[in-house]
Amino acid sequence: MLRDKQLDLETLPEDEKGLLAEVGIEVNEERREGSFLQQDLDVVHCTVKQEGLEVLPTQEALERYEWLKDYLWQQVSSDKDEYTKAVKEGPYNGYFIRALRGVRGLKPIQTALLIATPGFVQNVHNIVIVEEDAELHIVTGCLTGPHVSKGKHLGITEIYIRKGGKLRFTMVHRWGKNVVVRPRTGVLVEENGQFISHYITFGEVKSVQMFPIVHLNGSNAIAEMQSVLVAPPGASLDIGGEIVCNAPGTRAEIVSRAMTTGGKIISRGRLVGAVKGIKGHLECKGLILKRGLIHAIPELIGQTDEVELSHEAAVGKIAQEEIEYLMARGLDEEEATSMIVRGFLEADIEDLPAPLQKRLDEVIEETSKDLM
Amino acid sequence: MLKIENLSVEINGKQILKDISLEVKKGEVLVLFGPNGSGKTSLLMTIMGFPRYKVVNGRILFKGQDITHLPVYERARLGIGISFQRPPTITGLKTRDLVKRCADDKEIDIETLAKELNFTNLLDRDVNDGLSGGEIKRSELLQLMVQQPDLVLLDEPESGVDLENIALIGEAIKGLLGRAPVKAISCRSLKEEKLRKKRSGIIITHTGHILKYVPADRGKILYKGKMCIGGNPFEILEQISKYGYQECIRCLGINNSI
Repeated sequence: MLRDKQLDLETLPEDEKGLLAEVGIEVNEERREGSFLQQDLDVVHCTVKQEGLEVLPTQEALERYEWLKDYLWQQVSSDKDEYTKAVKEGPYNGYFIRALRGVRGLKPIQTALLIATPGFVQNVHNIVIVEEDAELHIVTGCLTGPHVSKGKHLGITEIYIRKGGKLRFTMVHRWGKNVVVRPRTGVLVEENGQFISHYITFGEVKSVQMFPIVHLNGSNAIAEMQSVLVAPPGASLDIGGEIVCNAPGTRAEIVSRAMTTGGKIISRGRLVGAVKGIKGHLECKGLILKRGLIHAIPELIGQTDEVELSHEAAVGKIAQEEIEYLMARGLDEEEATSMIVRGFLEADIEDLPAPLQKRLDEVIEETSKDLM
Repeated sequence: MLKIENLSVEINGKQILKDISLEVKKGEVLVLFGPNGSGKTSLLMTIMGFPRYKVVNGRILFKGQDITHLPVYERARLGIGISFQRPPTITGLKTRDLVKRCADDKEIDIETLAKELNFTNLLDRDVNDGLSGGEIKRSELLQLMVQQPDLVLLDEPESGVDLENIALIGEAIKGLLGRAPVKAISCRSLKEEKLRKKRSGIIITHTGHILKYVPADRGKILYKGKMCIGGNPFEILEQISKYGYQECIRCLGINNSI
């Protein structure tokens, strides 16, 4: 069994530890309630400290819990596209995380899905269940190992948030240059439940396409999805999300900040108001520094009256006026630019892990230099 | 401190300042009057060096150095500071962080300074985000007080400020111009000397309310891009309120179209 041969994260090679740190994974697990590391299809580390929390490889969880199969392919349809079909056919693994009823106030659980073998096709199926009134924070990093530039990551994630449950889901991507990434995520939120997601990607990648769909099915449920996207030359990001407000009093917010330094970004967002008495706001902001393409596609669908849906979208370069304002305070153009870019990207994210912050600072610095 | 010689300026090929000559001495405060659209703001923006304002003739000397073609940030570093009328919002940048950056390595107690300017609650707001007219003035003054320029350019510092805050702004400007002590700035030996020093300033005002607080040495009227009479700022203000800018046109005694 897996538990008998746990790999100690501290013993990983330094370069791999460095990469994990950049996606928010701490090999010293003091500040984590549990950890999960999957390399290709092998789960090499899976621990949990806290009673009331479960972290298991999906395959093992399926063996253990007969009922779990009823949770598969409910929020994401297996015949949605070629990628979901491929995962269904397998082989696959992934994480199963469950917070039992009323468990709350805990440190985050961290999970990492890493492509270790060049060219590997990693099939993943994750299930997250937040039971009634439980609170959970998952930090998940998806990445390629050192020296891996090619591969494919097909990741299904199905999330269930029961009455009064709350999930914070922070996902950071860091890929090799020729990696194709196709996450497929579906989220169900019941009455008074909350789903708060943050997604960050600013490195190389060939193509990422994802469009998680959240169903707010219980009254007063809340979903917030924020993403920070940076597309370097050669990267193609097609990223968005949909929140369907199916019950009265539900609230939805999608915020996306996209910056291209030469790559292509399609930034999508869709809010659906299916019943009366719902509220939603969508914000798509795009910054084109010099080259590249940003295509913002905000969509609002009201299916009845008494829905309040709004959006705000803007695509363009840094306002010269802002640069000059800072220059009048003594900042040179490069410093002024990086201050504005940093503000643009970090406006909505709180406490990035330090190594990720460092990496982001480097990206901003390189970018600002490149502009001069 | 500042010397402007025969300065002509264009925006998008349209002339907005014509043959302006002006001197502001060390420690002197000049008040600039003029109707809307006469070029007052443009003059300040040109002195600061914004590229939209194209100098087609003449030159600007600051502390003896020709700065006519220096970029904005170099002028700022030489000691020119400006308060903007309508500064842009910078999303994601906290005012506190910008103020810290303006302070550079100067020893300044930003918290105390913010308190004096009644700005404490706004320090963690994004720069200029959702600020009222009066709050913007205070934000601009806060940045300038930290920057400590030797020549201060103030564009209508009292506009949009409520009566309650005008005294506060007036006092802040006095401090900024070295006419009153500023508590928050640590006064140690050399620095103290520097702070006592009177700074120079150019202030644009329509109402003249600010002159109740700020010592003004001289006034000038700018009319349709041309500089005309100078003199006692209080007298000029009185003339304008009595007779309007017509008086100024007469004094120019020439065709005013440019």
